[in-house]
Amino acid sequence: MTTELRGKSAIVGTGHAGFGEAHGLTAYDVMAQSALAALGDAGLKLSDVDGLFCTMMEDSMPALMAAEYLGIQPRFIDGTMTGGSSFVNYLTSATMALEAGLCDVALIVYGSNQRTASGRLVTASRPPAYEAPYNPRYPISAYAMAAARHMHEYGTTRENLADVAVAARAWAQANPEAFERGPLSREDVLGARMVGDPLTVRDCCLVTDGGGAIVMVRAERARDFPKAPVYVLGSAAESSHRQISQMKDFTVTAARESGARAFAAAGVSSSDIQAVELYDAFTINTILFLEDLGFCAKGEGGAFVGDGRIAPGGALPVNTNGGGLSCVHPGMYGIFTVIEAARQIRGDAPGIQLNDIDLALAHGNGGVLSSQVTAILGSQNTL
Amino acid sequence: MPDATGPDQIFQNALAMGEIVLPRCDDCGAYHFFPRILCPHCHGTAISWSQASGKGRVHTTTVVRRKPERGGDYNICMVELEEGVRMMSRVEGIAPGDVTIDMAVTAFVGEAEGAPAVLFKPSEG
Repeated sequence: MTTELRGKSAIVGTGHAGFGEAHGLTAYDVMAQSALAALGDAGLKLSDVDGLFCTMMEDSMPALMAAEYLGIQPRFIDGTMTGGSSFVNYLTSATMALEAGLCDVALIVYGSNQRTASGRLVTASRPPAYEAPYNPRYPISAYAMAAARHMHEYGTTRENLADVAVAARAWAQANPEAFERGPLSREDVLGARMVGDPLTVRDCCLVTDGGGAIVMVRAERARDFPKAPVYVLGSAAESSHRQISQMKDFTVTAARESGARAFAAAGVSSSDIQAVELYDAFTINTILFLEDLGFCAKGEGGAFVGDGRIAPGGALPVNTNGGGLSCVHPGMYGIFTVIEAARQIRGDAPGIQLNDIDLALAHGNGGVLSSQVTAILGSQNTL
Repeated sequence: MPDATGPDQIFQNALAMGEIVLPRCDDCGAYHFFPRILCPHCHGTAISWSQASGKGRVHTTTVVRRKPERGGDYNICMVELEEGVRMMSRVEGIAPGDVTIDMAVTAFVGEAEGAPAVLFKPSEG
């Protein structure tokens, strides 16, 4: 997105469904429940939706399946699949489609029942031919190798990684929507079952069910809806690889580029951001993205997340819903970064509501640190 | 070089004969991996193949934890070859947790999932 698109679109509804365990429901059921929740939030009906932005892990044409299930016939559709970042990416295409008049009401939606259906992370993709013979466990082996390299180059420790999980849990403990709300200490994380060295099961995101949805309209009519509009000030993507073996530098992600362009489009910098919502599939993600988005220098992320800095009451609120580590992770978490950022700005966050949030950042990650998408959201005051 | 048409076939056929070959761009001279019909660096399409040195270093590594009754823990790593390309593999001959970053390793053609595959062992000396 460029500066010409700054503030041209707004989120006027958010919704979710099936957090935790959605017994007896299919992924499309959860998707549809999420859509209804978001449209209800916006005071709109399914029949108002003429732009659909959707992907799921279920089959090869999930956007078409979703439209069919919902009983709508969208005149604009985007089912671009970049993994968990897809839904942050749709903020860009939805803004473009709305601004060009290709649709008037954009629905971004996602649903999954991976926990009750299989109990593990569901993927629709084939293992890469030059990696599969070695049996890496996806996606954790990829992230474990990124963490190991970061530790090697910068002296990052398992304790640093654990601090990310502990902070996420502290936010989740105040969020009634979060799946894991029990106490969690650094020692608990370090002593948990090792899954892929150096990551224990507590360094890994949850495996839950859940869906989310976002309703967007052109900014000019955004104030006609029940909830305060949340404007898309900037959004940008960059993709660097698909397979982890093709990642050039295991300690630097394309969030550097996506972040810089999103900030430029929004006309703000990292120091202006009041709430940071990052796709924390693994504890190393939070450290990498804080570095790459400019909240701290490369290599300093480990120390940065210590001493409660990103926990409730800390200087930089990060993953204020508890994140994928403790709130919800149905396979592709990206949409929830946007929903939580929007709710913090609107003032109706489900857990700890921060005071007077005008600027928040949502960052989506897809694949194995492959696709990075950053969005800057703002209140009416930021226009 | 084995008689094959596609880059994947050339690589796999060489492996089947116990050889590790790498694609190299005639235009810019850089090696790449995985094999493909163009150079990902300069986008040239003239590709030649040469025998890999087999010398590499572990760039990063992890241990996949697995229950003993299912075969136990095993190593997954990224090896950077002397030629400048990186590939996923595993280091054999030592405990999976003893594989360390920067360790010098040597390639050999072994077997993974019932098919010939590039594996590594710690270099001697």
